[in-house]
Amino acid sequence: MRDPLGRPPVLLLLPAVAATLLLVVPLVSLVGRTPWSTLRDQLGRPEVRQALWLSVSTSTAAMLICLVLGLPLAWVLARLEFRGRSALRALVTVPLVLPPVVAGVALLAAFGRTGYVGAVVRDLTGYTIPFTTTAVVIAHTFVAMPFFVISVEGALRSTNRAYDAAAATLGASRWTIFWRVTAPLTWPGIAAGMVLGWARSLGEFGATITFAGNFPGTTQTMPLLVYTELQSNPQAAQVLSLLMLVISIGILAALRDRWLGTPA
Amino acid sequence: MRAALVVPGRLDVDFTCDPGEVVAVIGPNGAGKSTLVHALAGLVPATGSIDLDGEQLGRPARERDVGLVFQDQLLFPHLSALANVAFGPRARGLTRTEAETRARGWLERFGIAELADRRPGQLSGGQAQRVAIARALATQPRLLLLDEPMSGLDVRVATALRIELARHLAAYEGVAMLVTHDAIDALTVADRVLVLDEGRIAQFGTPAEVSQRPRTEHVARLVGLNVVPADGELVAFTPDTVNVSLDEPVGSPRLRWHGVVADVAPHGGAVRVLVHADPDLIADVTPESATELALLPGRPVWLSVKATAVRRYPATGPEHDR
Repeated sequence: MRDPLGRPPVLLLLPAVAATLLLVVPLVSLVGRTPWSTLRDQLGRPEVRQALWLSVSTSTAAMLICLVLGLPLAWVLARLEFRGRSALRALVTVPLVLPPVVAGVALLAAFGRTGYVGAVVRDLTGYTIPFTTTAVVIAHTFVAMPFFVISVEGALRSTNRAYDAAAATLGASRWTIFWRVTAPLTWPGIAAGMVLGWARSLGEFGATITFAGNFPGTTQTMPLLVYTELQSNPQAAQVLSLLMLVISIGILAALRDRWLGTPA
Repeated sequence: MRAALVVPGRLDVDFTCDPGEVVAVIGPNGAGKSTLVHALAGLVPATGSIDLDGEQLGRPARERDVGLVFQDQLLFPHLSALANVAFGPRARGLTRTEAETRARGWLERFGIAELADRRPGQLSGGQAQRVAIARALATQPRLLLLDEPMSGLDVRVATALRIELARHLAAYEGVAMLVTHDAIDALTVADRVLVLDEGRIAQFGTPAEVSQRPRTEHVARLVGLNVVPADGELVAFTPDTVNVSLDEPVGSPRLRWHGVVADVAPHGGAVRVLVHADPDLIADVTPESATELALLPGRPVWLSVKATAVRRYPATGPEHDR
């Protein structure tokens, strides 16, 4: 149909095409250069299976920590009135914009052998956190939590607070209201936040390599393995990258109703 | 129940109701009806006292002996009708089985037991409103508040529900307060009518008293009366006794007004004319005279009424009978 406002200007269309190409060409190239003949062998290698399992399990652990700790934080931000709420929200948002490597350095400062928390933990238990699978989970949680909290806070705010009031007049305590009314009504938003946090964890590189290192079997997650393989075995790196691409598209499909819904 | 409530800038009331009584709360928009209901339920902070077999005001909403039916029902959309009604008893400590048994009993009383497993989204407006009322009653409150329960329902459904509600409220042992915009609710369902105006009680009396001797323009309009202050009294007259003319009529100057036609609409077999005078008045004329006088918005007219057609009563009196 002809647009009644006239033809779209070339000055907008050309950059739009360039932007699309910039985003699409690398992905198409990745698929195109995949060595399909060795795909099966590459994916079957023990270090790949190890890294994949480590990535999935640490990302899932991070997601669950986000749920258990982040959901209450999102609730506090969305439902309680208190001084410093804006400041708290700003603090939560900082890791969103922080370079991941800096996040890794910060985590070392806190949880490293001599860090504020790390030293105490070591003195009490003899356990050092950095360069362990625990460190991977902490790094993942650190970068994923803001995504989760901010997205769930938005979902909580868009849930009608009048339902909370209705539940209160029926005799429900705040815990009951949260557990039986607010959380179930916000569930789609909570689930989306979990997927988002999981996806952010899965791709995490900078904070992990800084804080947890790159040890096969304990801290070498998929992105770290891709990076390592690229130095010695570019074909393997491509296969792994393709795998990550497939997972990412799967995540996008899981979230499509929330993000790709066509605006009415 | 005795309630003396102050919400600064919005509400300042003091009234008493007896158990078993149904009180209609009416008043124009912004009169404080919702504030009153929410303050009684504990959702709006207020000072004063609510004595309902024990002081309620110091308690949080969830510990009050108060049930509230919200204007937009606010049924929990993720729970079945049964679970909605069972929510209150559950929250107040009954086991799941006990709560569901009680909830089923309430759904049966409202004739909607077969809808127990439906979600609110699968209920019609009238059905959802029945579930909402059953949910509020299931906690067995001493004070039941209904915030415009008929609004948003179509006329046929509202009529059926009104009859049913009247029956349930008659059987209810606590105090019921029904906020409404509708004169029919106020005059048929209620034992007494509490008229709010600018956050204060303008009148509190039986439906007959309030409709025959309205003290506010809002109530007069609601029951279709003209009420005009004259000589320290109020003068009430029905719209069909008003004479409309283009020339200044002869007769008592106190019973004639000059104004401008604001609205013309059919009203039964007549034409109802709203005239911006001091105050606004309504007149019912025949369609023939409406055409003859060319009564259209903007037309200046004279209104008059015969002294024999008016009822006079004191403008102030006991604010309300306790």
